[in-house]
Amino acid sequence: MPLRLFRVDDRLVHGQVVLGWGRPLAARFIVLVDDAVRQSAWEQDLYRMAVPDDVSIIFASAAEAVSHLAEWNADPRPGMLLTADLATMAVLHDAAPGVVREINLGGLHHRPGRAERLRYVYLAAPDEALLRRLAHDGARIVAQDLPTAAAIDLETLLR
Amino acid sequence: MNTIKGVVVGHGGLAAALIGAVEQISGAGSGLVAISNTDCDRGTLEERILAAATPGPAIVFIDMPSGSCHFAAMRRMQAMPGVRIVTGVNLAMLLEFIFRREGEVDELADHLVQVGARAVMAH
Repeated sequence: MPLRLFRVDDRLVHGQVVLGWGRPLAARFIVLVDDAVRQSAWEQDLYRMAVPDDVSIIFASAAEAVSHLAEWNADPRPGMLLTADLATMAVLHDAAPGVVREINLGGLHHRPGRAERLRYVYLAAPDEALLRRLAHDGARIVAQDLPTAAAIDLETLLR
Repeated sequence: MNTIKGVVVGHGGLAAALIGAVEQISGAGSGLVAISNTDCDRGTLEERILAAATPGPAIVFIDMPSGSCHFAAMRRMQAMPGVRIVTGVNLAMLLEFIFRREGEVDELADHLVQVGARAVMAH
């Protein structure tokens, strides 16, 4: 069963992901791709606490994720993959565009230099350029914080 | 002995609401500082917490374990002497804190965890 969600969210695992997306997608595993978290035992411990007992969580660096993406995508269990930033998701898309076909923008919050596009999506000019490049390369980009919310396509998001 | 600072960090308006309730019940200013995670990224939230809690001694109260507020506090302060991070904040814990904030921070943090846990029950 292919991975059901490829989400960019700077908070990584939290309630919207575990409950909001995890339940309707019946997710049984989460892949968290982040080089810093991969090296941090205490952060991994806290993320494990945020995940229900019947959902497993895998921590991977971007390089490890590239190596294992096909394997995770062939897992019979429904799964979700998370990155905290666009650059990491772009690495995965570029390595496996046939697997990472749709990218969900779930949470890119305010920081200096970013402009508000949606309440939960703030983008700087390089972010917008990267999103346009990913779309040009075949990725479908959708902003949607929760499955019950409207899905906003890239053209609408950047208009 | 220094007075221990109290910083309450929560999702949305929760921290301010908890502090408001503490002050309503106690009938006095609490000296607690509310911090919300609304409209800020990880780095901004970390800076807000750090600015409110340092220099210590301080106790940083967090609404939910493993939430963004917890991560933000842990990243910058988990090994900081004189600062303790306590999760699962509730009203009982905060009321106890405002009347005992002249003690030792480590001892008080451990005591507040017990007070907060005792306030959670099922009938």
